Parts: sequence; structure tokens; C-alpha cells
Amino acid sequence: MERLTGAGVSPGAGYGPAYAMAGEVPEPAAGSTHGGDPVAETARAEAAADRVAAGLSALGEAVGGPARDVLAAQAMMARDPELSAEIAGLIDAGTAAERAVYEAFLRFRERCSQAGGVVADRVADLDDVRDRVIAELCGLPRPGLPEGADRPYVLVARDLAPADTATLTRDVVAAFVTEQGGPTSHTAILARAMGVPAVVACAGATAIAGGAMVLVDGTTGEVTIEPSPAEAEAALAAGTGRAAASPASAVAPGATADGHPVALLANIGGPQDLAAALEHGAEGVGLYRTEFLFLDRAEPPGEDEQVAAYRQVLTAFPGGEVVVRVLDAGADKPLAFLPAPGTEPNPALGERGVRLLRILPDVMLGQLRALARAAEGTSATVRAMAPMVASAAEADWFAANCRAAGLASGVMIEVPAAALRAAELARVVDYFSVGTNDLAQYLFAADRQVAALTGFQDPWQPALLDLVAAAAGAGVRCGVCGEAGSDPALGCVLAGLGVSSLSMAAPALPWVRAALARHTLAQCRAAADAARAESTPKAARAAALAHLPALDPPDR
Amino acid sequence: MPERKVIVEAEVGLHARPAATFVQTAAEAPVEITVARPGGEPVNAKSILSILALDVRHGEAIVIRADGDGAEQVLDRLAAIVSGP
Repeated sequence: MERLTGAGVSPGAGYGPAYAMAGEVPEPAAGSTHGGDPVAETARAEAAADRVAAGLSALGEAVGGPARDVLAAQAMMARDPELSAEIAGLIDAGTAAERAVYEAFLRFRERCSQAGGVVADRVADLDDVRDRVIAELCGLPRPGLPEGADRPYVLVARDLAPADTATLTRDVVAAFVTEQGGPTSHTAILARAMGVPAVVACAGATAIAGGAMVLVDGTTGEVTIEPSPAEAEAALAAGTGRAAASPASAVAPGATADGHPVALLANIGGPQDLAAALEHGAEGVGLYRTEFLFLDRAEPPGEDEQVAAYRQVLTAFPGGEVVVRVLDAGADKPLAFLPAPGTEPNPALGERGVRLLRILPDVMLGQLRALARAAEGTSATVRAMAPMVASAAEADWFAANCRAAGLASGVMIEVPAAALRAAELARVVDYFSVGTNDLAQYLFAADRQVAALTGFQDPWQPALLDLVAAAAGAGVRCGVCGEAGSDPALGCVLAGLGVSSLSMAAPALPWVRAALARHTLAQCRAAADAARAESTPKAARAAALAHLPALDPPDR
Repeated sequence: MPERKVIVEAEVGLHARPAATFVQTAAEAPVEITVARPGGEPVNAKSILSILALDVRHGEAIVIRADGDGAEQVLDRLAAIVSGP
């Protein structure tokens, strides 16, 4: 038995046989020359770079999410005109394509390393592109991952590139261990997103023999090679999620250190997401997006089919809270069985959400009936929720329909007017849920889809926090169901603003639970006040963190 | 030569997505474009590696220059990307 220590960046315990990712592509021999046709040799190098770029772009499109941006940037690196010029120059001087690629990348690598900071972090991306181009030129397979492994393995590597890991799932990887990397490395981000334990900056990791049984504690950063079976079993039993290391157990309801409850709920698209929600200790569902039942269908699903889908979700959370958002359609999300929407110049500002439901109420009424039937005989607290509500009149209309069906009613707070007049809306509905992504889009008049405007989508924007505070202070239960709540520090701030529940993608729940459990409500309130007193998102986050001492470095 | 002097507003500086958007927009323009710190050595705006190595941070000023047909329009687009938050 041998122990290594690194930085735990994704909590939980993982155990499995080590799979060592093959090292780098070998360095092409210095001084190697080509046959004397620089034009053909340059064309060969460019064709290889183009194939690599195309492969990276395609992979990025296929996996989506944050990996897409990284892979797109890597594809741009492969096609970089300055790099191509360096390669062509070296080939003109007689150097073989493989060696020219190696040397040209090395020059840019040195410039990036010198710049330090953020740029130095991209050096691993650059190295990965270089290895791919050289492998392509030599006809070598790029070192890949084992396929068809019969049990989840512990992936051990010097460092991992996004392209290596983009297609991994937790069914095949029990844990990650890398010799390099930090809390913001791709490995760390990916592992947290997957809910898989990870230890980075672990000296000696690459010496772990392939096939050796390895136990990884992503909370303490400890990596044990060939532990006793009893030790492995105990660690696995103790470590489900980051909560293992926190005062709260994985299944404890969300609460601050001094016992102020903050319900921790999952965002789901249907029964298929229940397993992950339960596994991460969700107490209920804060946002059930019912659109998925309706997409790609010529006819709306019948009531019986809906009852079955809803009941499956409700019975998973006995005594819990389940918020079901009724159909949210619009010109940008057309449905075959609704009349074709007119062409709108600006669908985000058009006839959508509750506006469309008021024109075409039949589908919604069917949903409410199905939901009421599904709730019969279950102990979950069911709330129907309307999207895109802008006025008390709309809220009132929806609430009346819910009452008629025997259901509690809620509204999404995603239009600034609804947040500003929250007190008025609170008189007619039982529940608010703040959709931070859309609220930010409408608050800043900044389209979510426009890349150049992403700064406005930063959930730490003080103006956004002001609107959340307005909604949370209106006197009815108020949840947050945007991804804002999945940032542990922001989760504490939202609790401090008076939010009563946080709903998010399930893998983030243990993090937020642990962050809440380590701070008192007074600390959360102080963090919220400090954040709102600032004028930029960055300053707001820094000011809040000054009041949240227990947050680990990876959260900062 | 037409130029724009702009302050980089993105929190991440001219890195990550803003850098990619900037370089992609520059690469699509049929004119030569350079970026430099005021008084500094210009680099190729169509090269992601050159832009990343320039390491421009939030709040820093850069000078973008372009020459040829449509230079003014592409400079306006690039300046808008850089000065967006």
C-alpha cells in the first residue's frame, strides 16, 4: 500500500483499476529533413492541421457545454496563421513537417509560458493540439481511452485535455488523478460537472502502474494505491459527495450552520433525471421542465401519459416539494400541435410563456388536470408554475386556473417587472421561482445567445441580486432555479437575500449543501449585503467571499 | 491607417470566449488587422496564439489597426467586441 497526496478538487470517493493515459506523442528527431519538396511538405502539414481542427470542432459541437468553447479555441490554434507561417518557414529551410510542427509550437509555447497566469494555463491546450497534429502526420493513433472496460476505472494522467475527456461519463470513470493541473484546470471543472471525484497536482501520479487498484478521496486529496479491501469499502461507504467531509450528511436537508432551512432541489426534464437527483440528495424538484414531454410530437401527450410521468416524479419525493412548470413555448420553441406562431422579429420578447397559454389555454388546462390526478395519493407538495409572467393580472389568471384544478400556484420571476412588483404578485400566488438566466437577459436587455454579451449573464451582477432580493422579500416562498444557485458562494448569498430554496442541476447539490452548512444565516446575509454594495460582478463576488470563510479554494 | 483605441471591458480580458470571438471576426475580414498595446509591438489579430500571448487584461487599452476595403466597418465590429462586457 502506498499513498500519494494532491489537491482534492471534486469531492467523494472513487475506487477502481488505474488506467494510465499514454504519455505525449514522441518528440520528432531534431534535424530531421524532408525529401526536398517544401511545397508538398507544407501542404502535408497544413492538411494534418486542418484535419485536427475539423476533428476538434466536430467533437466540441457534439458534446456542447463548456467543452465546446475550449475545443473551438483549440481548433483555432491548429489553424493559426502565424503558426502556419512559422511551420512553412521551417519546412522551406529543409525541416521535416513533423519536426517543423514541433518547433513552431515550441516557440509559441514559450511566449505563452512567459505571459504567466491565464495564458500559462492554456499551454496544456496548446500541447494537446501539437501532439494531435504530430500524431496525424506520423499516422499514429492519438493516445485514447480504453473502450468497453468492464468496470469504472481511475483515469491517471500527467494532465488531461478537454478533447480527451469530452466524451467520458461517470459510468466509465470512477475518479481522476492528474500530476499537474489546479482547481480551475479542465480536469477539475469536468470532474465536478460529472460528479466524479478528482485529485490534481498529485506528485508521482504517473508512476502508478496500470491496473493497480486505486482509492481516490476527492475531498482530502489522498490517493491510495492497493488499499486493503476493508479500507476501500469504508471510504466508499463514507464518501458519497462532498458532504462526506462536511458537518451535514449527504441526505440532510439543506440548512445554514445555525439551522435556517434552505431547501435544495433539482432541476429536471423528466423521470429520466430522477436517479441523479436522488443520488445527490435533492429534497425535491424546483423546476420540472415539462416541455420535454411535448417536443417532437404531432399531438400533445394524452392526460394519462402525463399523469404517469408526473406521478413518477412525485412519488420519488415523499413529503418533498415538486414544482412543475407548465408548457413554456414561444416562436423560438414552436410545437407542432399549436398553431404556427407568426414570425416575430424578437422571439424572446414575443408571445411566449404565459402569454401564449392565455391565448391557447387547452394544453395548460390538460396539464393542470393531469397534475392534480398525479398528486392524488402522494405526499409531495405539488406546485404548478407559470413561465414568463410580467403582471399581477397574468399571475391572477394562472392562479385562478390552478385553484379550479385544486393545485397550489406559482410564477417564474424572469421579467424585471414581476420582480419590481413582487408584493402585488405575492397577493395572488403561493410561490415564486426566480429564473436567473432569463431575468438577467431581460434586466440588461442583453440576448443570452450573443457571445459578446455574456458578461451580462454573470449571476453576480449586483443589479440582478437587487431583483432577487425584491422577489425574496415579497412574503411568499421564493426559490431560485437558474444555474446561479449552483455556485456554492452565490448559493450562500441567495440564502442571505431570503431565498427559501435553491434548485439546480443535481451534481452541484452536495457542494451547495456543504457551503450552506458551513456558514450561519448572519454570515450569508452579510455576504449578500456586501455583494449588493459593489458595482461589478467581480467585486461583488470578492466582497461576498470575505464573509464566507469556510469556502474551500476550489470554490473561489 | 484607420485605427481604434479601446478599453477591454470583459472581466476575463482578451482571453477565453472574447478572444475567440475577436479572432474569428478578424479572420473573416479580407484585410490585414493588427492589435497592439499603445506604443507596443503590433501582432496579427487573426492569430489566436498571438492574441493570447499578448495577454491583455480587463481594463487595459489596445489599439486595433486595419487597412484596406471595409477596414472601418471591421474595426467598428472588433471595437464593439472588445468594449462589450
